[in-house]
Amino acid sequence: MRAAVIVFPGSNCDRDLAVAFRNAGLDVTMVWHKDTDLPSGIDMVGIPGGFSFGDYLRCGAIAANSPICQSVKAHADRGGYVFGVCNGFQVLTETKLLPGALMRNAGLKFVCKNTPLKVETTSSVFTSAYAQGQEIMIPIAHHDGNYSADADTVKLLQDEDRIAFTYGQNPNGSTADIAGILSENRRVLGMMPHPERAAEEAHGGTDGARLFAHLTEALAGA
Amino acid sequence: MKARVHVMLKNGVLDPQGEAVRHALGSLGFAGVEGVRQGKVIELDLADGTTEETVKDMCEKLLANTVIERYEIELV
Repeated sequence: MRAAVIVFPGSNCDRDLAVAFRNAGLDVTMVWHKDTDLPSGIDMVGIPGGFSFGDYLRCGAIAANSPICQSVKAHADRGGYVFGVCNGFQVLTETKLLPGALMRNAGLKFVCKNTPLKVETTSSVFTSAYAQGQEIMIPIAHHDGNYSADADTVKLLQDEDRIAFTYGQNPNGSTADIAGILSENRRVLGMMPHPERAAEEAHGGTDGARLFAHLTEALAGA
Repeated sequence: MKARVHVMLKNGVLDPQGEAVRHALGSLGFAGVEGVRQGKVIELDLADGTTEETVKDMCEKLLANTVIERYEIELV
């Protein structure tokens, strides 16, 4: 199973995400944003957290228009898996691979803390190792995580069981407490919380490890 | 030639920054500020002959996120 982690100028969780993928048994290649093609045979693309291009214009907007993102879009359109964390989620909404947008936190402050999440669906390779409705603790660290979408989009996400995680205590004003969502084919997940920062005992929590734990099995069966 | 692009949050999209500015104006003693919306202005220096259509394309592809924002183009 091969994964690519995209590195933009300003990414700062790229190596953490690579470690989490590697610990889960994936063979990881780091891919620079100026590359135009993903290495061949990639099953999973990780878009890491950070502050790509300094968050200029809008978070994720410039990264979403970088050369490699055309290939990431093509990979997703072919049915490939994509996992975007934090700034990665912002990039995925800017590329329109996921609906909605991430706006400035309602409290206007950067929020960095451990946060309870509820697993809303187990129907995806990312969430199948959790129990439906399970409460997990995952850190958040963002200034622009306020998920915003019109009522029709939110209803569609609910009706199609595409809300992956919700916040137990909404930290940022997100519509419907949304912390992470899936694409229509359930193969693209974007989430603001950082499971890769709660994946080993030394991190102070391991609730995020399950998100990665079954990836190789699930991808082998895909 | 120059173009000035005004990007604003769409009506109905809550603007937390505008709200904070409104509160700050209130605490400075400015009464009667009923609403503040904050946006951005982007000035483009363009080669002569660039069409408004091209600037519109720039807005759609990068300068605005039309999920939450609207834009107006002013050629100057």
